[in-house]
Amino acid sequence: MELLSLLIWLPILGGGLVILVGNERADTARWLSVAISVLVFVMSLSLYTSFDSTTHLMQFVEKASWISQFNINYHIGVDGISMPLIILTTFSTILVIIAGWEVITRRTAHYMAAFLMMEGLIIGVFSSLDAILFYAFWEASLIPMLLIIGIWGGDNRVYAAIKFFLYTFLGSVMLLVSLIYMYTKGGSFSILDMHNLSLTAAEQAWIFWAFFVAFAVKVPMFPVHTWLPDAHVQAPTGGSVILAAIMLKMGGYGFFRFSLPITPDASLQFADVVIALSLIAIVYIGFVALVQRDMKKLIAYSSISHMGFVTLGVFALFFILKMGADGNIVSINGGSVEGALLGLEGAMVQMISHGFISAAMFLVVGVLYDRLHSREISTYGGVINSMPKFTGFAVLFAMANAGLPGTSGFVGEFMVILSALQANIWYAVLAATTLIVGAAYTLWMVKRVFWGSITNPAVETLNDINGREFFVLTILALAVLIMGLYPQPVIEVMHSSIDHLLNQALTSKL
Amino acid sequence: MMNTFQFDTTSLLVALPEIFLLSSIVVILLLDLFLTKGFKQVTYYLTQASLLMTGILSYSLIGQPETLIFGDSFVLDDMASVFKVFMMGSAMVAMVYSRHYLTQHDLFRGEYFVLVLLSILGMMVMVSGYSLLTLYLGLEILSLSLYTLIAIARKRSGAIEAALKYFVLGAIASGLLLYGMSMIYGISGSLNISEISAFASDANLASRETLIINFGLVFLVIGIAFKLGAVPFHMWVPDVYQGSPTSVTMFISTIPKIAAVAMLVRLLVDGLGSMHAYWSDLFMILALLSIALGSVVALMQTNIKRMLAYSTISHVGFVMLGFVTGVITGYGAATFYILVYVLMSLAAFGVIILLNKKGFEAEEISDYKGLSKSSPWFALMMLVVMLSMAGVPPFIGFYSKFFILQQVISAGFVTVAIIAVIFAVISAYYYLQIIKSMYFNDAEQELTIAAPMDMKLVLSINATLILVVGLFPDFWMKLALSLF
Repeated sequence: MELLSLLIWLPILGGGLVILVGNERADTARWLSVAISVLVFVMSLSLYTSFDSTTHLMQFVEKASWISQFNINYHIGVDGISMPLIILTTFSTILVIIAGWEVITRRTAHYMAAFLMMEGLIIGVFSSLDAILFYAFWEASLIPMLLIIGIWGGDNRVYAAIKFFLYTFLGSVMLLVSLIYMYTKGGSFSILDMHNLSLTAAEQAWIFWAFFVAFAVKVPMFPVHTWLPDAHVQAPTGGSVILAAIMLKMGGYGFFRFSLPITPDASLQFADVVIALSLIAIVYIGFVALVQRDMKKLIAYSSISHMGFVTLGVFALFFILKMGADGNIVSINGGSVEGALLGLEGAMVQMISHGFISAAMFLVVGVLYDRLHSREISTYGGVINSMPKFTGFAVLFAMANAGLPGTSGFVGEFMVILSALQANIWYAVLAATTLIVGAAYTLWMVKRVFWGSITNPAVETLNDINGREFFVLTILALAVLIMGLYPQPVIEVMHSSIDHLLNQALTSKL
Repeated sequence: MMNTFQFDTTSLLVALPEIFLLSSIVVILLLDLFLTKGFKQVTYYLTQASLLMTGILSYSLIGQPETLIFGDSFVLDDMASVFKVFMMGSAMVAMVYSRHYLTQHDLFRGEYFVLVLLSILGMMVMVSGYSLLTLYLGLEILSLSLYTLIAIARKRSGAIEAALKYFVLGAIASGLLLYGMSMIYGISGSLNISEISAFASDANLASRETLIINFGLVFLVIGIAFKLGAVPFHMWVPDVYQGSPTSVTMFISTIPKIAAVAMLVRLLVDGLGSMHAYWSDLFMILALLSIALGSVVALMQTNIKRMLAYSTISHVGFVMLGFVTGVITGYGAATFYILVYVLMSLAAFGVIILLNKKGFEAEEISDYKGLSKSSPWFALMMLVVMLSMAGVPPFIGFYSKFFILQQVISAGFVTVAIIAVIFAVISAYYYLQIIKSMYFNDAEQELTIAAPMDMKLVLSINATLILVVGLFPDFWMKLALSLF
């Protein structure tokens, strides 16, 4: 097995091993899980170190025949778009496992195993180059999440788990139909072959919407976002973290890997719809977040709002550049290639940054929830008095969530807004309101939870974070700051791939 | 055109599995009379042994060139042999599960096993039948044994009702089928499938002849749809599933479906393949209605056997979609689907039977509450089965649906595929209900498992296969395709 295969199967098989260890030997299960996840993370780093960022071609490619009847292959590989997301996955999994250390006392081994297996499956999603292999990983990753929400979730967990599953299942079956349709046309399930498959305008439109349903549900975009607040509120902290940090990115990744290159003309045709929905998500959902009383719900809505930047950044390019008749890229309204690249790269940076920040925010809520078993904002107030260290972290992450310069939250949003400015001034203006609304709901929450005087006597007795929590939050704080101050390495690795993607998106298939 | 009947002892070798099984049935039936109460298990082991031997004999005939014997009324081809091997394997698994159920509910009798073997003999005749008469003969051997099997639990409330309902409706279906056969025979002048095929594909067919063939065809389709349990001929399915003892339900829902598909292939594909344009329209309607009704009505069930009955109806719809395509790969997809379905259905009923105890039948979905705590391994098995039935990868149920959808789309029915997948999502809801009960709810009653080791082992293998074959489906897909 080569590196990429190991990254997929080691956590899955490791998860099986952890189940065998059993719930009775919880400590062994914990240590084993953390060892596996750290090992996988370290191994995934060598994806980065030996990555060739000068090419858009797939790297670390492995290919073996799987279902020869349909020419379906076990074909995996990474490029600059998927590689950062894989590292994000391996990184987040460690945090989740450490964060669940002593919090999860019921069926501990199963809990850890579910996260490990999900890690492997999601890495599989990001590295599949065969559409059916992709679909298999994509769907299979629902199973551990279903169980995580349903078994370790809150009071209304059953409803949330089933809603989550059915929503995403409905979205993805359309994806399956369109993948099969493309196979009957082109005779190949290879995603790279699909990129070159010529499709008529009508076919592209159908396929685009089928993709859209699948990916928009995952992102989630307005108006198919309603499963997310339920799932987040009911999921255990670790589940929320993985959901926000990684699972949502699967939707964004889908737009990069499928929608733009496979249906470029339909993407152009419907870009305004997608942008409108993104802006609604950014502005309207931002306001919805403002009125939430439940901290997790607030962060869930804030996630939806922030993910709006991803789809905005992806589709803004169609208002900046177009393909001229002579095959050269020409600009619309004086936009530049750099502007379009900013949008796409900003979307990628936003995905990674949101992975850090949303993970951190959910962990912050998790820390409070573990102590007082309440997610209501009104339960708290004056937490700084009893938990000064914790408040420091919380405020930092809140600032990052609000998009303060110097934190990773700023970079992606700023890049996307700059790009939107070239597309249409109003897109930029509307998107920029998030800097105000986002600051409003985040800081208002901080004010009500952390500042002020203590109204609830239970808050007075809170213990500040322990070493384990401190460790997890420190790592995330470092990630947020490094990404905010020096995002260049991340942008560099994806540059060639994004550049290639831009060409694919602008090249008409008609 | 009458074939001269030439009896040749070597031709008997072609029917060796059937002959062996029939002889075993006679031996077991007689022997069982002389077994005292303490030795009743001998019947069980003899049954398993004869199933195994029949399976081996059938296996040894795989790869033989297509041979017709008994005046061309009995065929040996790869489809027949492979189906027989699968039927024997499934039957052996079903018998392992049944034994536990029968001992727990005081139904352990020699007749039970003899009837099972007889019905399997009927199915083997159906699978190999190459004339209208043999097919009908096989069907009746199967059906009559099944009616009696249900009624064997005469103390069980609903069993007699189920048996009678099955008998009356099954008799009507047989009648319709026979009527259709008489039409076909009347116009083509032959009972033989290949002669019917030659007659029906004649380009100079008068419109009057086409009309009569079509008339008969409609009745054949109804008869087959009835046996498969496709909507609107599905009324018997939920009641029979619920009323029968669970081990019989398991049997009815699995192996006879393979035989029904085989009969479908013999009659409609081998015999009236040239009339495909006519019967595929009928199948399309039946298939979509089955998928829709099976998925929607199952949502309201609280009894797991009824739920699985509706789930079967929707699975049958998918199988029929494979036949709508009218291409060999489509038939292969349908065959693959039915074999996969049998594997999944066996495991599902296996778990239900596993939880059976004296005086307790795990028939309500709420009976599964908290199973993941008291028995995590078997809860996991049920999880695998349910997700597989819902068509979630990487389990085998996904690939069978995928194969069908791929064929349906490449035949140009994209809308049909979209309708089918939407209902597949709806049906996922009720499979999730079982998972919900097992994993998300706490137990209301103590769930202990009294099943013997052999049953646990076989069930584990059965469910694990759903995952393993799912990870490596290539061989099975190729096998299913090679049968046509």
